[in-house]
Amino acid sequence: MEHYHMNLTLKVWRQKNNQSKGNFETYQVKNISSEMSFLEMFDVLNEQLIVEGKEPIAFDHDCREGICGMCSMYINGQAHGPWQQNTTCQLHMRAFKDGDTIVVEPWRSTAFPVVKDLVVNRSSFDRIIQAGGYISVNTGNAVDANAIPIDKKDADDAFMAAACIGCGACVATCKNGSAMLFVGAKVSQLALLPQGGPERESRVLNMVAQMDKEGFGNCTNTYACEAECPKGISVANIARLNSEYLKAGLSSEEA
Amino acid sequence: MALDAKIPQGEMDKKWSDYKGHVKLVNPANKRKLEIIVVGTGLAGASAAASLGELGYKVKAFCFQDSPRRAHSIAAQGGINAAKNYQNDGDSVFRLFYDTVKGGDYRAREANVHRLAEVSTAIIDQCVAQGVPFAREYGGLLSNRSFGGTQVQRTFYAAGQTGQQLLLGAYSALERQISLGNVEMFSRHEMLDVVTIDGKARGIIARDLTTGKTERHFGHAVLLCSGGYGNVFYLSTNAMGSNVTAAWKAHKKGAYFGNPCFTQIHPTCIPVSGDHQSKLTLMSESLRNDGRIWVPKAKGDNRAPKDIPEIERDYYLERRYPAFGNLVPRDVASRAAKERCDEGYGVGTTKMAVYLDYKDAIMRYGKIEASKHGMVSPDDKTVFNLGKQVVEEKYGNLFEMYEKITGENPYETPMRIYPAVHYTMGGLWVDYELQTTVPGLYALGEANFSDHGANRLGASALMQGLADGYFVIPYTLGNYLADDIRTSSIPTDHPAFEAAEKEVTDRLNRLMNIKGKQTVESFHKRLGRIMWDECGMARSEKGLKQAISQIQDLKKEFWSDVRIPGDINEFNSELDKAGRVADFIELGELMCIDALNRNESCGGHFREESQTEDGEAKRDDENYRYVAAWENIGDSEWQLHKEELNFEIVKPSQRSYK
Repeated sequence: MEHYHMNLTLKVWRQKNNQSKGNFETYQVKNISSEMSFLEMFDVLNEQLIVEGKEPIAFDHDCREGICGMCSMYINGQAHGPWQQNTTCQLHMRAFKDGDTIVVEPWRSTAFPVVKDLVVNRSSFDRIIQAGGYISVNTGNAVDANAIPIDKKDADDAFMAAACIGCGACVATCKNGSAMLFVGAKVSQLALLPQGGPERESRVLNMVAQMDKEGFGNCTNTYACEAECPKGISVANIARLNSEYLKAGLSSEEA
Repeated sequence: MALDAKIPQGEMDKKWSDYKGHVKLVNPANKRKLEIIVVGTGLAGASAAASLGELGYKVKAFCFQDSPRRAHSIAAQGGINAAKNYQNDGDSVFRLFYDTVKGGDYRAREANVHRLAEVSTAIIDQCVAQGVPFAREYGGLLSNRSFGGTQVQRTFYAAGQTGQQLLLGAYSALERQISLGNVEMFSRHEMLDVVTIDGKARGIIARDLTTGKTERHFGHAVLLCSGGYGNVFYLSTNAMGSNVTAAWKAHKKGAYFGNPCFTQIHPTCIPVSGDHQSKLTLMSESLRNDGRIWVPKAKGDNRAPKDIPEIERDYYLERRYPAFGNLVPRDVASRAAKERCDEGYGVGTTKMAVYLDYKDAIMRYGKIEASKHGMVSPDDKTVFNLGKQVVEEKYGNLFEMYEKITGENPYETPMRIYPAVHYTMGGLWVDYELQTTVPGLYALGEANFSDHGANRLGASALMQGLADGYFVIPYTLGNYLADDIRTSSIPTDHPAFEAAEKEVTDRLNRLMNIKGKQTVESFHKRLGRIMWDECGMARSEKGLKQAISQIQDLKKEFWSDVRIPGDINEFNSELDKAGRVADFIELGELMCIDALNRNESCGGHFREESQTEDGEAKRDDENYRYVAAWENIGDSEWQLHKEELNFEIVKPSQRSYK
């Protein structure tokens, strides 16, 4: 792999807090190695800003290995930047070339208010999980783990849905700010497993109700969420969510 | 103060059941009046907060991330051990116990480890019931794989994302308790002090990281589930935010720190690429199930790996340790990689790497698949493609991660790997009940020192975090709180809260007022360099003494020249980081003092002065068969207390994996 260095122009969204109005600021960074991660490039910029006596750019990040779901930058008009199935922290600078201008914004959605600069508040996702994204089993209640065999395909599909990292890229990238992929993934995971059976109907109804309450938009099947999802969560999960919702709605009306 | 580990009397395999049978209980009406603070929401914290909420206690949980689901347990890849013996390959509670004590190089407390092995099976049951999608076989039953330091298959997994799935299980249980009102969650909050009243932990001072305001929170007990301190080395596989601050504040308030120098350097990580590096990424130990580790037999061989013929490759783990081969424990594998690189056999541009090669495994799996499909003498390419699919299913996300970071395709060319700091076996000293030396203050998961001795076996961290949170603390905490049912909530205008908050705000002001020239990051990097060079994979008296004086100088420089932009009462990541680095500097000094004191090699702690003729770690049971528990008695001053380790069952011997 050939390595190289580059100079870049960055246009970054700056916003002091939730109350203030934000704006783009332009920065130059020099001698960036193609081996750096995108966030390491931001580290360089922030160190530069601190030395210059300016305030560094606030951004969320933690594990830097693509699994915690904390990093959340909208880079050149794409959630998590140009690479497919990738988080911001795993994007590396070899995706760019010398002289490039890179525009960086926070997630933008009514349900994700900006906290500062590129940091947003995603607690709405936690509240959706609180509404039903669990199986009600107190510690100590479980039967032997092998007591209930599960079809490997169902287990694999449940795992694929459960791989969601809750980053919110699906919402940020959706023109309607819809959280259907996030909700669909959790509903699917638990609907595919026998353990999720008893609460199947109340779960989907409550989670969707909370999703609406939080101000997320509706799904109009553009599939941008799937295209930008760093974990490749399939829109088939949205279809399953719709079908689960419909079934639950019907049976709850009967009752 | 004499250390009392409060190990129950009786036979090893009866201790825990006897303890549970006689432990004091708190009735449901009283539980509702008792408040518990849980700091950290990883596997230990989330499982503890959820389980205690289910029992009816009033719980407050804190995490510094934006959601409890982000805790770094989420990044654990390979798996979780449990003595289920589903594979019928001779596993048992005793074997898991034995392997863990031996793997820890006889520096763990037997009674704790036995309990861990006992509750391991219930963890798997609980997780499956929560909907954790573990890997399964075609018959619908759970799949297992092997990990280092064992000869059975007892590791349960969910591709290379086991930690994520287990944490999301615990997180969902926690969110359920939040929705029921049993747990109150404080995200983007950092604990900055423990409040003690009449010698007992009675609450914490926390800082809201969004507004910068400090807050007082009362609790009848405080549980620290705040993880490990690997980031003292700057570069580690820990998340950027992982820190020692909660544990360190507790230490300064009287909790002893156990075996601080016991650090796990994980053998298979992606090597450092340059000075810009902010963290290191692990390639799961599970890869050593199928991958083979090698370097060229000739020094400075610069050929591409595919051009180096089989006969000219040195599979040094298989050569040195035929019984365990590539699956020797982590400390052994790391030292062996360092030895080859130090001798000049390393590969890649920096020469500080070895190969982890999947070619043989891909072809082996390919042949099995071809035969399953009834193919007669398929060509190599077909076999390779079939095998690649199998490897992809087992380790796909890890291979992808490697490619994203390095730009190289690990299916085609072997991965380059090198050891990196991964886990800390040391932590707050706790007794059998997980209580620190401060009454009412507990430490769970990686934050305590108890179960892994001087070296943790792979897939055992997840097991311990969940054991502590789901199955240990709900019993042991009740034993303490049963005597506390008459204590009503203490108002937070109590002088002790006032004094603790003042201490916290004074320190924040002091940090902000330094207004120096150097960034927090630059100090952290320098600390990391000192720690890695002198308190890393090899340690010596001379190096450690030098490191201690360098760290003391660094501390002075930090407190006179650090530059923190912004204000206290706002979102200020640099201020958050400055407080953590200041604590890491103090911890670094203690780690070196501990490493200097322990003039023996054991597990991950390798003193150059104490090795066998063939370069293996040489323990000194006569002089160091103890847990070093350090009491802070002043600025840069510590007193050593020893907890003698008595081995009733597993008799210490020179560990051999040959």
